Amino acid sequence: MIRVEFLGPIGKGPVEVKANTLAELSERLKEDKALADWLPKCAVALNDAMVSDLQTHLKTGDRVTILPPVCGG
Amino acid sequence: MELYQGPLDAKEIFGRWLDEQSGSNYGAYIPFIGIIREEGSIEALSFDIYEPILQSWFDAWQERAAREGAIVKMAHAMGDVPIHTSSYVSAVFSPRRRVALELIDAFVEDFKANAPIWKYDVINGERIYAADRSTPMDGAGLLA
Repeated sequence: MIRVEFLGPIGKGPVEVKANTLAELSERLKEDKALADWLPKCAVALNDAMVSDLQTHLKTGDRVTILPPVCGG
Repeated sequence: MELYQGPLDAKEIFGRWLDEQSGSNYGAYIPFIGIIREEGSIEALSFDIYEPILQSWFDAWQERAAREGAIVKMAHAMGDVPIHTSSYVSAVFSPRRRVALELIDAFVEDFKANAPIWKYDVINGERIYAADRSTPMDGAGLLA
């Protein structure tokens, strides 16, 4: 299982998801209507490193972080 | 990189950074200070920070600065920061001013775009996400 964490204003607790790639994870997360507005605007990290390839493989114990639009300063 | 709960003591931070580098032979020290402006009916801004990715983002900037013989510094507030106080300070030290001026510009702009920090208006004690002022990070939309 993959642990998915939602940061900042998304306001959703962590979930455990079964997925072998980020593409599969995308399909799982899109089933959640509450995330429909967030996913197009969110960046993604795998074990605290930013990722940009949907074919990235996932393994049990991985942690995926969903990062909504930012505004520091 | 320094993180604080509540507003920053900018004078202390800038003074300490200056003292720390007093023997380093840098020719330029360019500080930047971000202050919460009074706007609308906000009483404060409030910040969430995801420290692991902020740290790696900052480390990458340290490496970029080092290639030019410079260093970058930053401090940011977490939680509520009242109007007219400081939430963010950063600085560049470098041997020459031109490098420092260009680095502080690029550093602060990339900070606004890619540092994992979320801003909220505080109005009547309630935190409201500043969605209209926020920017999707590089690579956003991957899972959409």
